[in-house]
Amino acid sequence: MMRTARQRPPTGSFQVMSWLFMRVTGLLLLVIAVFHMFWMHFIIGVEKIDFNTIVSRWTGPHGAFWRLFDVMLLTFAFTHGINGATNVADDYITSRGWRVVTRTALWILWFALVMMGLWIIYTFRPDMPTPFK
Amino acid sequence: MVLHARHLKIKRFNPEKDTKPWWGEYDVEVQPTDRVLDALHEVKWHHDGSLTLRRSCAHGICGSDAMRINGHNALACKVLVKEYKGTITIEPLLGFKVLKDLIVDMDPFFAKYRSVMPYFVNDEAPPERERLQLPEQRDRFDDTTKCILCAACTTSCPVFWSDTEYVGPAAIVQAHRFIFDSRDQGKEQRLEILNEKSGVWKCRTIFNCTEACPRGIEVTRAIGEVKQELLLRRF
Repeated sequence: MMRTARQRPPTGSFQVMSWLFMRVTGLLLLVIAVFHMFWMHFIIGVEKIDFNTIVSRWTGPHGAFWRLFDVMLLTFAFTHGINGATNVADDYITSRGWRVVTRTALWILWFALVMMGLWIIYTFRPDMPTPFK
Repeated sequence: MVLHARHLKIKRFNPEKDTKPWWGEYDVEVQPTDRVLDALHEVKWHHDGSLTLRRSCAHGICGSDAMRINGHNALACKVLVKEYKGTITIEPLLGFKVLKDLIVDMDPFFAKYRSVMPYFVNDEAPPERERLQLPEQRDRFDDTTKCILCAACTTSCPVFWSDTEYVGPAAIVQAHRFIFDSRDQGKEQRLEILNEKSGVWKCRTIFNCTEACPRGIEVTRAIGEVKQELLLRRF
């Protein structure tokens, strides 16, 4: 049941800020994703992308820029994707319990993969042990 | 008077007899300029008296005969049979418990309506005459004064179908009418209510509500203006 005005605790700014976050990052993502595609396809060329491309991208003179660029691309795209998936889950899952399970699982997946991404982007060294070298 | 045969398909449900809803099919003779409500009257008065529906003024003002006609919410008294080709399919509004045939339980709808404090709030002593307002100040919320609480918008909203906690477009329209009224002082309280998880942020700007409104209210715009107001007061 809806509560009356008097019983309500103050709502804080989580809802409004997450709404704003999605709008602002959505616009940024549009620019970042298009630039990413343009850069990888037309400047570098898909057939030339390999381990060394990433090494020169992250350790070159503009390494700090590219690491930040990739962090933004990863977090914005994945946050928007998971947010969309939770909305789809809300549309199709009618049981409250399963909704909570699905939403929780999706945000755990989000947290785990974003953390993995951040970890690799910011700890990457060309000489680190890797099976792909 | 030229009568035309029209085929009606009406979703029927009597909780005392039926375990699940079923489709009743009726052939009625109506004029093309008759309203869908007239066709329903034809069924009720001459074919099957057990058909149950709400209607009061029958002139698009009371808002009691909102229903789903060929998949779109409308007031049965405000649409003509000639606007529909072939079979006219009529169902009760989606998202509420069906009490019988085309009658749904509107209690949750009015509970949400009441939750946004849909009344004038002003603790100052009333002036000798009326509380004055400039025409421009009145125009600010003119659109949302037109709401007749028929629930066509709320029950056309996919977000509401999947989450009945959502306060819904109609309640937001009612809140908008007072939030932007220069004479009202309950703005902050109403904005707090609509800032909750079940409030305006649930809206995904699908625009079904705007399309469904029989009064032509720009519902999605009103919701957007409330969102903007909530956003601007943070900065």
